[in-house]
Amino acid sequence: MEFLRNETFLIAITFGIYHISKLLQKQTGWILLNPILLTIALIIIILEVLGIDYPTYSEGGKYIEFWLKPAVVALGVPLYTQLQAIKKQATPILLSQIAGCIVGILSVVFIAKALGASKEVILSLASKSVTTPIAMETTRALGGIPALTSAVVVCTGLLGAIVGFKVLKLGKVKSPIAQGLSMGTASHAVGASAAMEVSNKYGAYASLGLTINGILTAAIAPYLIDLLNL
Amino acid sequence: MKNMILQCAIIFGCLTFGELIVHLTGIKLSSSIIGMLTLTLLLQLGIVKLDWVKGIAEFLSANLAFFFIPPGIGLMLHFDLIKAQFVPIVGATILSTILVLVVTGWVHQLTRKNNGVSKK
Repeated sequence: MEFLRNETFLIAITFGIYHISKLLQKQTGWILLNPILLTIALIIIILEVLGIDYPTYSEGGKYIEFWLKPAVVALGVPLYTQLQAIKKQATPILLSQIAGCIVGILSVVFIAKALGASKEVILSLASKSVTTPIAMETTRALGGIPALTSAVVVCTGLLGAIVGFKVLKLGKVKSPIAQGLSMGTASHAVGASAAMEVSNKYGAYASLGLTINGILTAAIAPYLIDLLNL
Repeated sequence: MKNMILQCAIIFGCLTFGELIVHLTGIKLSSSIIGMLTLTLLLQLGIVKLDWVKGIAEFLSANLAFFFIPPGIGLMLHFDLIKAQFVPIVGATILSTILVLVVTGWVHQLTRKNNGVSKK
């Protein structure tokens, strides 16, 4: 049993289960069988059954998580290839980002409040749409619970990746640029990765969305929350 | 993938630059986003050629979601916290994410039509 705590084993099952999950989604075509979501769920179950805690899993998992930062850096390439097109429509992009950022913060705060969340929880949700390090810093500045923020950020990302394009289609957002931007704005790097799967162009605008919304949220959230006087 | 070493050196160079900026200025941004913008700038200025990073950039961005699995599994640490206020947390997150998606898309589509920016 002790061997099951081996970090190489934990890395191997992460790769293996992800691969099987991808095959499974290809076979069935069910969106709820999102390979990321399925892998996370299956590994949590396996860890619970084997009695392995998260810090132990993390000994192996950290080598996979490590690549998250360089992967975000790599989004600079699609961003570069679309730079000319982006410059041409700087104004609509910026306006949509400001709208997305403000709507993201206000809606989550008001809805959570209406549903009876405590103040600490509300503050922890405000920055849910942006990438984890920025979101956690913003929550810290607001006086929320950074650990809750990190959990909600992951969920928001998965949610966007799984239903994002369906929602955009239902909401009649048709232009590829608008769709890409929305994915990155609402669901940060996970949304961007779903956009990358469609094409480089979608990926470029999603990278832009996650970047601008990250910057705006860090800059605006503290003032916006102050104004609201919760 | 040709010249893996150079490709890694550029990506990690940009990331390190991002870490340095965060370390020196205490700016509330993630080092990876600063690194992304640095890479875009270096490509734009022609200091880094697209060929030098193309292979690894495609590999990394194509597998970005996979790297999110370990922090996703970290959710298990916070089950209690989420369970305690499950409805407001989950309800607000879902509704707000849908709103952000649609509003961002709509504002872009509308402003793009109204200010006469060329379509192609």
